[in-house]
Amino acid sequence: MHTLSIGELAQKLAAKQISSLELTDHFLERLSRLNPALNAVITPTVDLARAQAAAADRRRSAGESGPLLGIPLIHKDIFCTEGVRTSCGSRMLDNFVSPYDATVVSRLRCAGAVMLGKSNMDEFAMGSSNETSYYGPVKNPWDLTKVPGGSSGGSAAALAAGLAAFATGTDTGGSIRQPAALTGVVGFKPTYGRVSRYGMIAFASSLDQAGTFTRSAQDAAIVLQAMAGFDPKDSTSVDRPVPDYQGLLGAPLKGLKIGLLQEFFEGLDERNGALIHAALAEFRKLGATTCEVSLPNLPLSVPTYYVVAPAECSSNLSRFDGVRFGYRCEDPKDLMDLYKRSRGEGFGAEVKRRIMTGTYVLSAGYYDAYYLKAQKIRQLITDDFRRAFESVDMLIGPTTPTPAFAIGAKVDDPITMYLNDIYTIGANLAGLPAVSLPCGFVDSLPMGLQLVGPHFAEDSLLNAAHGYQQVTDWHRRTPAGYA
Amino acid sequence: MSLTRQDVDKIAHLARLQVTEQEMPVYVKSLSAIVDFVAELARVDTQDIAPMAHPLVGQHQRLRPDEITESDRHEQYQRNAPRVQAALYVVPRVIE
Repeated sequence: MHTLSIGELAQKLAAKQISSLELTDHFLERLSRLNPALNAVITPTVDLARAQAAAADRRRSAGESGPLLGIPLIHKDIFCTEGVRTSCGSRMLDNFVSPYDATVVSRLRCAGAVMLGKSNMDEFAMGSSNETSYYGPVKNPWDLTKVPGGSSGGSAAALAAGLAAFATGTDTGGSIRQPAALTGVVGFKPTYGRVSRYGMIAFASSLDQAGTFTRSAQDAAIVLQAMAGFDPKDSTSVDRPVPDYQGLLGAPLKGLKIGLLQEFFEGLDERNGALIHAALAEFRKLGATTCEVSLPNLPLSVPTYYVVAPAECSSNLSRFDGVRFGYRCEDPKDLMDLYKRSRGEGFGAEVKRRIMTGTYVLSAGYYDAYYLKAQKIRQLITDDFRRAFESVDMLIGPTTPTPAFAIGAKVDDPITMYLNDIYTIGANLAGLPAVSLPCGFVDSLPMGLQLVGPHFAEDSLLNAAHGYQQVTDWHRRTPAGYA
Repeated sequence: MSLTRQDVDKIAHLARLQVTEQEMPVYVKSLSAIVDFVAELARVDTQDIAPMAHPLVGQHQRLRPDEITESDRHEQYQRNAPRVQAALYVVPRVIE
């Protein structure tokens, strides 16, 4: 039951073969049995889940229906959930019980989805391995000695291990797509502004976007349908109709033009490259045409990101002052001591590193040389994408340079860790939608391919991904011990 | 090292972060590495390029009418506060 798609589970619920409460208990039993080894979920919400499941069953008895009614999910702990601890993976918010729901949370609840718990994550979404969490690292269900990727590593691992039917995540520089690739699931990052950021704890506001972890592109279409749309509470939310994503699936891929991102193949492991070329062959069989495309400024993505994102992070995280909410140090001797020790003790090493990087690049005398310069180069990268989309419908490349690496392997070297996101960051800088799909294995570990489209091309990305998944079965593989 | 201990001290003060003796050498080294890593950007010709203002072309920050839309929920909000007295946030004395 835990390997079925949302569509398949919805059919069973509609046919009354199973109730949402039974389905929820099935996942809760797996969660309590399997999570201790994975550390994917940090706050199970058992009573709330059973109450929401019973409510979904009552709604169904009253004649209601819907693709997510009674379907269990796990929320990344970056989304505020009323009455439930929302820690963002940090000691700073270890005692924070949110007084309100994020829009993503309330929309999915209204659609009838049942929250099983909150997933582990890199602290404040800053990390690519889920090792910066205050609650300890998440293990990859494909190999417990390996990282699941990050920052949404808990959501990815939980879905791969069959602890929920789907999960939410956020993607600032690859935090949905990279862990999806490393755990063999589908990770979808929508266009900037497509999904509300209200109640999603901010890291880098011009890059942050909420998205989905699912078993298939079709499931991603179902979940995105419920999440997407205008929200007056988010000033960057886009007021634009949401297409019928699921209804648009199945359109023939004949004539689709896919650009192979040259910059992504330089120095790429041959075995990884071969998987992408095999996927391209499948797309060609489906009628797509392929060509090589070059984005000359794309290699500047990582340094550009590591100016822009820390700058925005240092500004956003200044709200954690030990006064209104969150951690406060013991016996502060004056206000400055309260600020410095509350923040020094409440934040972990990587978060402090990013706050200080951001503070430095924004400080007097350095702003023009770093932040302004980076925003100009961000424009150049965005222009490269725009020109590419004049001749192709979408771009393809690997999601990550390597499969999942060993826990502890990169923690001492921030630059090496930052380069994990070399293929994913471009889409965030340009605000583009992108999806990572399972496309094969290297060293018995899952690998992902990435499709990147123009702004608001969610529908064509989902359709292309769905087409690929009709002729391949990489997305149906399950890690041993979790089938 | 592109940054000295004094540089990191100053940055930490601006960021209102206490950095311990044990942490200091780690930050001097890693922050220097990051500054060196992003130095590559300085070599890019960006003459006549406007800095990006918004990821979506033509989008701008929306304003809302200046109307009261929220009810008073201070009691609920202050449940998360470390110290509250008479609905006020308590901090160490700042005025002598």
